[in-house]
Amino acid sequence: MRGHELLAQSLRDSAPSVVPYLTAGYPDMATFVGHLERLRSVSPAVEVGIPFSDPMADGATIQDSSQQALAGGATLRGILEALGGFESDTPLIAMTYLNPLLAFGLDEVMAALAGVGVASLVIPDLPYEESTEVGEAASRYSVGLVQLVTPLTDGARLETLCSRSQGFVYAVTMTGTTGGAVADTTSVAAYLDKVRSYASVPVLAGFGIRDAQQVRRLAEHCDGVIVGSAIVEKISRGEDPVEFVEGLKA
Amino acid sequence: MSTKDTFDSLRETGRIGGFGGLYVPEVLMPALTRLEREAKRLLGTDSFRNELNDVLTSWVGRPTPLTRLGRLSQEWGGDVWLKREDLAHTGAHKINNGVGQALLAREMGASRVIAETGAGQHGVAAAAACARIGLECTVYMGAVDIERQAPNVERMRLLGTTVVAVESGDRTLRAAINEAMRAWVADPESTYYLLGSAVGPHPYPWLVREIQSVIGREARAQFETLNGRLPDAILACVGGGSNAIGLFHPFLDDVEVELIGVEAGGRGSGVGENAATIVRGSPGVLHGSYSYMLQDDDGQVFETHSVSAGLDYPGVGPEHAFLAESGRASYVEATDADALTALDELARSEGILAALESAHALAGAKVYLENHPGAVVLIGLSGRGDKDIDILRGLDR
Repeated sequence: MRGHELLAQSLRDSAPSVVPYLTAGYPDMATFVGHLERLRSVSPAVEVGIPFSDPMADGATIQDSSQQALAGGATLRGILEALGGFESDTPLIAMTYLNPLLAFGLDEVMAALAGVGVASLVIPDLPYEESTEVGEAASRYSVGLVQLVTPLTDGARLETLCSRSQGFVYAVTMTGTTGGAVADTTSVAAYLDKVRSYASVPVLAGFGIRDAQQVRRLAEHCDGVIVGSAIVEKISRGEDPVEFVEGLKA
Repeated sequence: MSTKDTFDSLRETGRIGGFGGLYVPEVLMPALTRLEREAKRLLGTDSFRNELNDVLTSWVGRPTPLTRLGRLSQEWGGDVWLKREDLAHTGAHKINNGVGQALLAREMGASRVIAETGAGQHGVAAAAACARIGLECTVYMGAVDIERQAPNVERMRLLGTTVVAVESGDRTLRAAINEAMRAWVADPESTYYLLGSAVGPHPYPWLVREIQSVIGREARAQFETLNGRLPDAILACVGGGSNAIGLFHPFLDDVEVELIGVEAGGRGSGVGENAATIVRGSPGVLHGSYSYMLQDDDGQVFETHSVSAGLDYPGVGPEHAFLAESGRASYVEATDADALTALDELARSEGILAALESAHALAGAKVYLENHPGAVVLIGLSGRGDKDIDILRGLDR
């Protein structure tokens, strides 16, 4: 089975999954590695954000964490090295904007990502129409390319994106950047049901999810959630992200 | 492929050469698809074109004149002409695009308009156009730029626009674009993003060029009428490059006319010291399109510097990237000091106070005439310098 197929399996087996997000190199590389190690042991998958200087899809929390990671010297090469030191079967999901991947070289970066256990890749500024070249490079190294869908994605497009998404479908629960206002759960439920009806891989809901009650309500309409800004906020306050993630599952 | 086919590809596919494209979050795709469809439709209808032309004539004050510079021609040793966008309403070429897109926004039923601004000229243009057309307007502006372009901030407020200070990132134009994009991502259905330069995702580079080409069409006809020929060279400043592409585009098939874009050389060649994107950058994806950008080996975007807020930007429009790579246009840089010298020379010998952005084109023309004595040059004077008086007063020179 390829990496993204194992990821899909792992997400299905543990549904409803809580997939935590960490900004790589935040607040510093050693602390990040420590958090990642512990989160990997309690999660079906972990999403790792590779910081970019101009993260247009991210809200203030992840933006600030990216800036701090970059200011602390985090680079894609350094992050790959840090990830390479792990012994863990828990698949990783990498999230990054397109430009750092282009700068590294598409083939080189896909080989490196596959080598450190990245099963699927989320690129928030790469819509499906522009993804051919990146998708082919990813495919050569069995890295899955995840498609994001939103409540504004219309039926025909939703069908295409859901059928092409590898590992899982990233269902953005609202219009807005990461960490924004909590979505209205009734309309979100109907939207997630529709996404699920098109998807052959698990559906993970993300953006604006921060408490156990939301997770419980969403769990009936998807296969799990991605929690990002809420975790990064905890880390920024020096609190333990593992405890928080365990609490979300309760 | 003829030049025309190549340039139509920007309209049809959003790509020119390998540059351009549409690199945005999925949530913006429906809005951009709709904008592309509506912009193509409306710009193709007589009624929309007529209304736009009427506003450009009766309110913006087009056509703007072509001015021959008698004393400066003698000083610099050539025949120097200016296309006077500084005389357009609100004092810069930005108003053409402001009006064109505000009309589009109204036709598309937007309930509010958002815009980013660097020097404040695009912000003022958007504010004025929205006031005229009756649309609510919010402008995102970096905190650094709010400080250095205070007169324009006050103008926007007087025109009824809300100005949002952007404190994130480098707190200049680049951060303002990031923040405007985020605001758009939050409400893509009823918000119209009035992007001010020929940058960003498709269809903006085409749309902005299409509207700003009025500058080059007028200039070409005026120049031919007055001189019975075309200039040897045309120079324009390039930040994102909307004024330059608007001036260059109607001359693309006139292969005997040299096209020269002048970027901000800032304080020098070091990282963070300039904003000379084509001269010193490399290809990559920033703010929705594949073009040249100033970036490090890891693909992280450099901070930039220019005395001119309007040029202080690490990206450039994809059509300029293509023109540079194809060799049809060349790109040079002028330092802060060169631009200030040229600004003084124009003011004292011709009674025209240029914007700091436009002063870079003047500096480029001066160098061109040193290398081509006696040449006939047309310079795009993209805006007037009133907004820069506080900066000019504050400079130690």
